[in-house]
Amino acid sequence: MSNYAIELRNITKTFGSVVANKNVNLTLEQGEILSLLGENGSGKTTLMNMLSGIYKPNAGQIFVNGQEVVIQSPEDSKKLGIGMVHQHFKLVDIFSCADNIWMGVDTPTYNLKEKLHNIELEDNTFKSKFNRFGKQLGLVFKAMGYHIANAFLAPSRNKKIKSIIEKFGFDIDPNKKVYEMSVSEKQSLEIVKVLYYGAKTIILDEPTAVLTLQEIQKLFAILKKMKENGHSIIIITHKLNEVKEISDRVAIMRKGEYIDTVDTKSTSIQQLTDLMVGKKINLQINRVQSDIAGPLLEIRDLSIKNDEGAVAIDNVNFYIRSGEILGVAGIAGCGQKELCEAIAGLRHIESGMINHKGESIVGLSPKAIIAKGISMSFIPEDRLGMGLAPSLSIADNVILKDYMGDKWYNPFVNRKIARERATRIVKELEVVTPSIDTPVRRLSGGNVQKVLLGREIDGDPNVIVTAYPVRGLDINSSYAIYDILNKEKQKGTGILFVGEDLDVLLALCDKIMVLCHGKVMGVVHAEKTTKEELGLMMTGSLDLSESKHKNYGIAADSNIVDPTEQVTDSVEGGENDPQ
Amino acid sequence: MEGLMAIVTVLASALRFGAPLLFGTTGEILTEKSGSLNLGVEGTMAIGAIGGFIAGATSNSLFVGMLVAFLCSSLCGLLFSFLTVTLKANQNVTGLAMTIFGVGLCQLIGQTLKTKGKFPAMSEELTHAVASNGIPGLRNIPVLGELLFNYNIFVYISIIVAIIAWVFMFKTKAGLRMRAVGENPGAADSVGINVDRTRYINNTIGSGIMGLGGLYMAMIINIGTWNDNWIGGYGWIAVALVIFASWSPARAIGGSFLFGLLIALQSQVSILANAFPTALGWLNKIPVEFYKMLPFVITALVIIINSIGKKKEGVQPTACGVNYYREER
Repeated sequence: MSNYAIELRNITKTFGSVVANKNVNLTLEQGEILSLLGENGSGKTTLMNMLSGIYKPNAGQIFVNGQEVVIQSPEDSKKLGIGMVHQHFKLVDIFSCADNIWMGVDTPTYNLKEKLHNIELEDNTFKSKFNRFGKQLGLVFKAMGYHIANAFLAPSRNKKIKSIIEKFGFDIDPNKKVYEMSVSEKQSLEIVKVLYYGAKTIILDEPTAVLTLQEIQKLFAILKKMKENGHSIIIITHKLNEVKEISDRVAIMRKGEYIDTVDTKSTSIQQLTDLMVGKKINLQINRVQSDIAGPLLEIRDLSIKNDEGAVAIDNVNFYIRSGEILGVAGIAGCGQKELCEAIAGLRHIESGMINHKGESIVGLSPKAIIAKGISMSFIPEDRLGMGLAPSLSIADNVILKDYMGDKWYNPFVNRKIARERATRIVKELEVVTPSIDTPVRRLSGGNVQKVLLGREIDGDPNVIVTAYPVRGLDINSSYAIYDILNKEKQKGTGILFVGEDLDVLLALCDKIMVLCHGKVMGVVHAEKTTKEELGLMMTGSLDLSESKHKNYGIAADSNIVDPTEQVTDSVEGGENDPQ
Repeated sequence: MEGLMAIVTVLASALRFGAPLLFGTTGEILTEKSGSLNLGVEGTMAIGAIGGFIAGATSNSLFVGMLVAFLCSSLCGLLFSFLTVTLKANQNVTGLAMTIFGVGLCQLIGQTLKTKGKFPAMSEELTHAVASNGIPGLRNIPVLGELLFNYNIFVYISIIVAIIAWVFMFKTKAGLRMRAVGENPGAADSVGINVDRTRYINNTIGSGIMGLGGLYMAMIINIGTWNDNWIGGYGWIAVALVIFASWSPARAIGGSFLFGLLIALQSQVSILANAFPTALGWLNKIPVEFYKMLPFVITALVIIINSIGKKKEGVQPTACGVNYYREER
C-alpha cells in the first residue's frame, strides 16, 4: 500500500435525512495537486470539512500518511498538518493580519516534568542532592518565567509574521486590519495562516471564485511553488479550465458519491464534464432571437461614487432596449456594483440621468423603482448577502417585495398567494428543496440563486438588472438561469447582465458593454467581437468610445427629448467591427 | 477653600458610588468580549451580595465575604454558560431569567432571615474593615489625600481588577484568543481555539467579579442593613456602561466614576450648590430624577455617536449574543 498523504475510505455523512456523502473514497498522493470536481451540492465541501474537523463522519475511515486517525475538532486537524482555506474566510475582521495568524499559534510546552526527570537521572549521587534541588528549583522558576513571558503579546510578533509572509512570497502588511483588505489579500492571509501552522496538506475551497484573472494566475503560481516544497494540495473548483491548468489528478464527485479519479493529462474537458454531470450536456448557450424595440432604460452622463468616496462610475452613457440582453464585462470592482445599486435606487448618484421609458427615476425610492417594473438581483461575492432573508422560508422570501399588498387597510400577509408563487417558482426553476417552507439558508447556493431570480422574474419586470447570477453555480444550474433570462428577453424585457465569464457573455448577450475603472470602453455586438478585443478593452488598452462620435451610448430613438443634443444612432457593432 | 472641599467631597463620593459599577462593568466586558451577552448582571450581583454578606458577617471576615461573593456569582456565570454554551439557550432570555432569579433568590433569603430575626449584622470590626480607611500617611495629605488615598479597600480592588482585565484582554495571547472567540467563533474554532471552554471561563470569572460589586452594594452602599432592593439597578447601569466604555476595561474606569458622579449628585448636589451659591445655586432646582436619568441618556448618546462614526473597533463584538454551532452551514 502506498503512503498517501490523505486517504478516505467509505466515508458517509448525513445531516438528518439528507445524505451529503455516501461511501466516498479518495486518495491524495504526497506532493500532488488534486482537483476535487463536482456540481453544487455534490458534497465536496462537506467531505473536506470532515478533514478540517468541522464535521465528523457517520461512518468510514480517514488515514493520514498511512495512519488511521480520528478528527474530532479543527484542533486535531491542525495537529495532523491539515490546513483548510474555507470559501467563506474564517478571519476576525477587527484583528490585524498578524493577530489573525497569531491567535492560533500555540506556545511550545516547556517540558518541565521531563526536564526535572532528566536531572534526577543525571545526578544520582548523594553528594549532589543539594545541587540537584537547586537545579530543579531553578528549572521551576525558568518554566514560570517562560510561561509568563509567552503569555504576553510581544510587539515582535508582527516582524515574525512579516518574515513568514515574505518567505512564502506573499505581499500583505502584517499590521493591516482584515476589514481593510481586498478579497485576494484575505485569501493570501488564509494561505499564510495554514502554512504558518505547519500544514503539509492544504485544502482550498473554491479559491478562484472571487478572484480576477491576474489574481488567479498569482494564486496558481503560489500553489505550484507550494507543491515543489512538498505540500499536498486539494483544490475544490468547478471551473474546468482551471482544473486542467493546475492539477495533477482530478477526483470527481456527483450527488454525494465518489465517481472516479483521472489523470489530468490523459483527460479532456468533455470527459470531465461527462463524469461530473453524469450525462452529456451541450456546452452551447442559445442566443434566442427576439424583437428588439425602443430603449427602455437610458443612462446619460452618469457618475457615481463608491463607499470610500472615490469615483466608481465616471460619466457613463448607455441604454438598454426592449428584448435585448446587454452584457457588462469588466475586471472585478470597476463599478459594476455601484451601477447596479444606482439603478435600483440603493445608491446616491453624483450627476447624470437614469431614465426609464423617458421618465427620470433618479431620487425615487427603491419601492417606487420596483413599481415601475425594474428588478435588480445582485449576487455578491459571498453569495449570501443580498436580496433574501436567510431564515425566512422560500414562500416568505418570494413575497418580500410586495408584502404590502394592494389594499393599504389590510394588515395581513396573504400567505396563500405566497405559497402559490413559491410553488410555481420551485417547479418552474427546478429548485431542489424539501418544501417551500424550508428556510432559504438551508438551500445550496444554486438553489438560493434560483429562488432570488425566480422572485425577481415573477414580478413581471420590464427591466432586469442582474449581476453574477451564475456565480458559483454548476453547469446545469447555470443553464437553467440562462434559459430564464432568454425567456424574459423574448417577452420583451430589457436585461442588463453583469457577468464575469467572457465566454458566457459572448454566447448569451446581444451587446456587451465593457467597463474599465468606471469608464465605458465601448459597446460591441457580441456576434461581431472577439474575446481578445474584450480583454483589451477590460484592461483599458482599447477604447472604442472616444474615437467615434460624441454621442456614443445615446440611442437614436431616445425617449429623452433634448433639443440641444444632436442625436445619432450609435449601435456600435457595424462601426467598431474589428478588421 | 470651602468650595474646593465641596468639590473634593463630591468627587470622592463619585469614586465610592462608581466602584460597584466598575466591578459589574469589568465582569460584563469579560463576558461580552468572549461572545456572551449576559443581561443577568443585576441578578448575579444580588446573589454575590447575599451570599458574600452572610458569609462575611457570620465569619466576621471581609476576605471570606469577598471569596464567597465571588464564588456565588461565579456559579451564576457557570449556570449561564451551561444554559447558553452547552444547551444553546437564547442568551437574552437566559440573562433576563438570571436577573429575575438572582434578585428573587436574594430577596427570599434576606427576607426569610429578617422575618425570623436571624439576619446577621456586621460586627464593628467588619464595619471598620469596609470603612474608608485609606492608606495611612498618604491620606493625610491635604486635598490630594482625600481625593486619592482615602477610600475603602473595594475601590482600589475594583481599579486593579479593571487594569488586570485590560492587560489580559489586549496584551496577552489568551486575551487575543478570547477576543477572537467573541468576534468570530468560527474563525477561532478553525485555528484550534476551544470556543466553549473560552466562553465558560470568561463567563464564570466575569460573573465572579460582578459578585464583588454585589458585596459592595450590601456592605457599603446599604451599610449592611437589609432592604429588598440591595442592587437597586446598578447591574443595569453596568450593562449600559459596557457600551459607554466601548468594551474596554480601561475606559470602564473613567466611565464608572463618571456615572458614579451622576449618582453622587443625586444626594450631594446641594453640597455643590451651597458651596457656590451664585454660580451653582440653580443646581438645587433640578429634580433628583434628572440625575437618575442622565447615565442612560449619556449611554444612548454614545451609541448614536458610535453608529454615526461607522467605527469597526470599539463596538459590540460581532458574535456577542450569538451562540456558536460548529456544524451550522
